[in-house]
Amino acid sequence: MAKRIDAVDLNVYYGKFLAVEGVNINIEPKSVTAFIGPSGCGKTTFLRTLNRMHEVLPGSHVKGNVLLDGDDIYAPGVDPVTIRSQVGMVFQRPNPFPTMSIRDNVLAGFKLNGKRMSKSDSDAVVEKSLRGANLWNEVKDRLEKPGSGLSGGQQQRLCIARTIAVEPAVILMDEPCSALDPISTLAVEDLINELKNQYTVVIVTHNMQQAARVSEKTAFFNIAGTGKPGKLIEYAETSTIFNNPSDQATEDYVSGRFG
Amino acid sequence: MIKEQTPSDPTKTAAGELSADVTDVKNAQQGPGRRHGRSRLTAGQKPRWTAWAVAGGALIIAAALMALIGFNIAGWLIITAILYVVAMYVTTTIMENRRKATDGLWTNLIVGSFLIALIPLISVLWTVISHGTPGLTAPGFFASDMKGVTGITDQKTEAGDLPLIGGIKHALMGTLLITLAATIISVPIGLLTSIYLVEYSNDNSLSKVIRFFVDVMTGIPSIVAGLFASGLMMFICQKILQMPPGSNVMGFSAAVGLSVLMIPVVVRSTEEMLRVVPNELREASAALGVRKWRTTLKVVLPTAISGIASGITLAIARVVGETAPILVTAGVALSTNFNLFKDWMMTLPVFIYRQLMNPTAPMAPTASEERAWGAALVLIIIVMLLNLLARVVAKIFAPKTAGR
Repeated sequence: MAKRIDAVDLNVYYGKFLAVEGVNINIEPKSVTAFIGPSGCGKTTFLRTLNRMHEVLPGSHVKGNVLLDGDDIYAPGVDPVTIRSQVGMVFQRPNPFPTMSIRDNVLAGFKLNGKRMSKSDSDAVVEKSLRGANLWNEVKDRLEKPGSGLSGGQQQRLCIARTIAVEPAVILMDEPCSALDPISTLAVEDLINELKNQYTVVIVTHNMQQAARVSEKTAFFNIAGTGKPGKLIEYAETSTIFNNPSDQATEDYVSGRFG
Repeated sequence: MIKEQTPSDPTKTAAGELSADVTDVKNAQQGPGRRHGRSRLTAGQKPRWTAWAVAGGALIIAAALMALIGFNIAGWLIITAILYVVAMYVTTTIMENRRKATDGLWTNLIVGSFLIALIPLISVLWTVISHGTPGLTAPGFFASDMKGVTGITDQKTEAGDLPLIGGIKHALMGTLLITLAATIISVPIGLLTSIYLVEYSNDNSLSKVIRFFVDVMTGIPSIVAGLFASGLMMFICQKILQMPPGSNVMGFSAAVGLSVLMIPVVVRSTEEMLRVVPNELREASAALGVRKWRTTLKVVLPTAISGIASGITLAIARVVGETAPILVTAGVALSTNFNLFKDWMMTLPVFIYRQLMNPTAPMAPTASEERAWGAALVLIIIVMLLNLLARVVAKIFAPKTAGR
């Protein structure tokens, strides 16, 4: 069951440094939203605030509200661990757990939390997640082999399988294809298209064609200069952003005039 | 300019305008290499057997030199080595060029230093094995302690009336028990300290203080650690537990002393191992909604376990041969004592020390010396086994990579 995300006047800090300023955005459930923008403009930083992964770094904090289906995830007393189990994340570089088999990697969200499952339940979860990540046919005969033995694209889809195994409401993807070849990228993009039937997907990408291919709405972030905070410049339907943007900076960026 | 230096241009060679390198290339193409009928790419190289020829020549000349001043093997080998290094340099300069000669010279010097560094190691091993084997193979060496072994029996042994009696059972058991106890004390403390430093401290000032004192602890002389343990246990046993004087001399005191030496080693090696665990794995686990302590326990530690285990094994190997801290904490004993918390205890290093410095029969020390060498051999074998174990452990626990 997908949930919507609303950010209200969100400021993101690293220590005293204001990294992202004044973001207001409404992300609909069961949609794919792409964040684009030049390097260092705060796309990833903002993405990481959506499941409270931002505060893993010492000194990092936010001001403002992030609402998950209307509930503020930064309200006092909210356990970040609960948030992260509802808002899953796929990272830029595939990072399967090296000590675990493919099967255990998929079940990591349960096993690491000490949940006990019957063999049939866990088998069902493994198959469902791997099928959901378009990886089942490739690995079904070697589930007990280490996950690090897969190719880069397979590892990334394994990480997606691991994320959807715990059935989050939202899936955040931080440049999930930047380390992959075109074929694997295609596989992951197809997967994103299927995932949006069940989940809210937010994807950060440097590849504007990818944003145009997979997303329904696109947010353009920009930065005025080094040391200045990143800002959300424009947020609209993807077709609007790419064909008829209202802001000059957006038009320059998507048409390749800078960035 | 480049065109002018083309080696196939003989006039320039005659004019001597070429740099050394270009001359080499020219030699390579038209020099002696050609006559040997090799390819253009390998031409101009000295033949493979040059090194053997030079070595043989050096051996003969060195033998001749030694014959003049009186022959001995060590001097012969040393002079041969010097002659070989010099001759190889000269030969290579003449047959190839200066650059290759310098390269060869440094290779020879480095190999030479390595061989020199090996000499003490091999010498120690040889001495201990040759001296220790008679003691080690004596019947009952592992099964008996020094109870009932007196000066009279040792004198009989030296006179050949009795076989070598007495053994290291008490010392071996003491070493194993005390080291085991020290490991049980040090590993949890060291492991938890390094987990705090790496995972939880965020490099705060407390962690800086801890790291500083761990570094200081690494440099504590072992006798000081022993004195500290002795004093601490004396205080605990006599002042707090009201036990009679002398009750603090026991195996456990020695284990405390050894842990003082062991903890910093464990902390440091474990810390290094935890730091190399990629942060991505911690983030991946956190993003799955896993709590930090579970992430540490089930992701970070298993990933680093191979390095941690071998670090711990090496720390054990480091303290197993300590003498001074045991001498002042557990004392010396003649009979086997399995109780860490009562009575004096013997360990292998202390046994060696006592057998050499205070032989059982001062007038007939041969038997004691034989036992000491045997014990030394056992100690070296234990340390070697521990090092071997560290490698095996590292291999077994290493994250399973590849497997494609």
